[in-house]
Amino acid sequence: MSQALVADEGPGAPPLRLGLLGSPNSGKTTLFNALTGLRARVGNYPGVTVERREGEAEVDGRRLVVIDLPGTYSLDPISPDEAIVARLLAGQVAGVAPPDALVVTADACTLRRSLLFVGQVLRLGLPSCLVVTMTDELHARGGRLDSAALSAALGVPVVAVVGHRGLGLVELRRLIGHPESWSRPVLPPPGDAAARAGWADSVAARALVAPPQRDARTARIDRVVLHPLLGTLLFAAVMVIFFQLIFAWAEPAMNAIDAAVGAGQDGVRALLPAGLARDFLADGLLAGVGSVIVFLPQILILFAVLYLLEDVGYMARAAFVVDRVMGRIGLEGRAFVALLSSYACAVPGIMATRTIPSPRNRLVTILVAPLMTCSARLPVYALLIGAFVPARSVWGPVGLQGLVLLGLYLLGACAAVVAAAVLKRTLIRGEGLPFYLELPPYRVPPLRLLAHQVWGAASAFLRRAGTIILAVTVVLWVLLSFPRNAPPGGLSEGEAARWHVEQSIAGRIGHAIEPAIAPLGFDWKIGVGLVASLAAREVIVATLAQIYALADEDQGSLREALRADTDARTGARVFTPATVAALLVFFVFALQCMSTLAVMRRETNSWRWPAFAFGYLLALAYTASFATHRLVTWLGS
Amino acid sequence: MNLARLPVGGAAVVEAVTDGSPVSARLLDLGFVPGTEVRALRRAPLGDPTLYELRGAQLCLRRSEAERILVRALPERETP
Repeated sequence: MSQALVADEGPGAPPLRLGLLGSPNSGKTTLFNALTGLRARVGNYPGVTVERREGEAEVDGRRLVVIDLPGTYSLDPISPDEAIVARLLAGQVAGVAPPDALVVTADACTLRRSLLFVGQVLRLGLPSCLVVTMTDELHARGGRLDSAALSAALGVPVVAVVGHRGLGLVELRRLIGHPESWSRPVLPPPGDAAARAGWADSVAARALVAPPQRDARTARIDRVVLHPLLGTLLFAAVMVIFFQLIFAWAEPAMNAIDAAVGAGQDGVRALLPAGLARDFLADGLLAGVGSVIVFLPQILILFAVLYLLEDVGYMARAAFVVDRVMGRIGLEGRAFVALLSSYACAVPGIMATRTIPSPRNRLVTILVAPLMTCSARLPVYALLIGAFVPARSVWGPVGLQGLVLLGLYLLGACAAVVAAAVLKRTLIRGEGLPFYLELPPYRVPPLRLLAHQVWGAASAFLRRAGTIILAVTVVLWVLLSFPRNAPPGGLSEGEAARWHVEQSIAGRIGHAIEPAIAPLGFDWKIGVGLVASLAAREVIVATLAQIYALADEDQGSLREALRADTDARTGARVFTPATVAALLVFFVFALQCMSTLAVMRRETNSWRWPAFAFGYLLALAYTASFATHRLVTWLGS
Repeated sequence: MNLARLPVGGAAVVEAVTDGSPVSARLLDLGFVPGTEVRALRRAPLGDPTLYELRGAQLCLRRSEAERILVRALPERETP
């Protein structure tokens, strides 16, 4: 993976490597996109979860590689993830050449603060130039900047740029092609933070002809958005709409994808003769492709909304409003959005953790996200509750079935809170990072940037997680379809399908794990369902339908079959209340979803964390399931 | 007094950041250096964190971080 990011050594001189540095909200990403277009390559640095982005540009026939370094307020690292920047600049990251020159971005409106960071960068001694962004905003707020005076005070070239309008880009392009001709500071800025602040103030005093007024528009909006009551109501409204968007609005598109895949499968079945090739194409490959792209509507909507809220400036405010709640469980405000998204699906939820600046908090959020009740659990809950919980009213319109469903949702949420608190105090401890959060002025984000970001997230999902999901779907198809023996004669179509499943590898696995799951009250049929549900939780419904030899997936008949099923040896009912309760609880906790595992792998850059998450959630599921089975059995006796 | 005790609407000048821990070093890098003027703008609806203005930027700190910053309150001024 890391090799793929190393620039191709084409004919001619090796490309010039430019490091792009800047604080969060300083317009660094806009500038990166403006310089490199759509050609960014995304990966991870070895050993950390920091995203690595490189893009290419060409100036006067000279090839440039622009390295987008993580946004930071300081070069003095206090976590392994921050240390990657310092190590990269020193050329200590294996397989990544250090930059030859640095381009630093600074927001013109917060120049006095930004210069603290610029001072740190200039102390590195590499050829550097400063890009002052948001000068349009500075002018709108009555400020004026003298770039020439700023350049003279700093001793390095300065270009004022309005990235999304392309102003200053021509000048910048001309400049970055020739770092060898850049002026260098006579003396480096002071190393001591207090002395550097004095230096920054004197530089700002010379460069800012007129300092900007306070942003009146932002102040006006914040009077509502950060108001104790109105702000809280707005936060709740935004979250409800956000949730509705990924939960309900993505559904028509997802259904359409399902229908298209189904039509494709029917087409394959109609065109090809019966046999292995046909089954593989229809049930293995096409089903696998379908299980990847079915996530796209949610991911596209999620990231469009997420990046819009982020770029407009609301996400930081939402984090400010809700931080206290999340702080109680050791997380931070932005984790709220990720956990909320996980109610729709843990895949976009885990991808949403990218907005969490602290890598440690991000990891904890990723590890507990699968506990939020995702929409794939709903068909399983609906089947079991519909079949075994009586549809009687508890109080007025409040029915027992609804209460059980609500209880399952709450159980998952409580488990996530407890797991986060425990993980934060045990495994993912370490030096506490300070919490700080900048509230940027409200901005109208350029649509092109938004489209770039959304496309970047979607394509990363397709390439990194999609390939794994596709592969595992095909493997599961193999497990469920082989060996392909001919069923004994005289069986109906449904009975033949059941016979196939039982003698398949998955069926044998179901039988093999029966002793292990028997204490939970599960028999081999549920075991096969659990294996198959690794593809996606709701697959257990279709698998059970197949095992019970039902021609269609009609829920009514499957409910009947489950209720009527008895053990062949003892004649006892398979689905006792204790077994049903244990199975429901198992689905609350278990990470029965390889798409989630694949996306965890992609976001944490190792199999270690998905393996850990799978393990601890399986242990939790087994223990809770066992306890539930015992408890309900005891209550019933 | 420490910054966490600065009432909303009040202004103060940073005098020192306590201890030499990495957290304090980061607070210095964020601009909380002695002599810097800080204003408390708002508290979050649940009382924490608090939004501060310094060096032309708006930054939230939780109480635990603000308590590390020692400040001298400035007398009340009429805001223009």
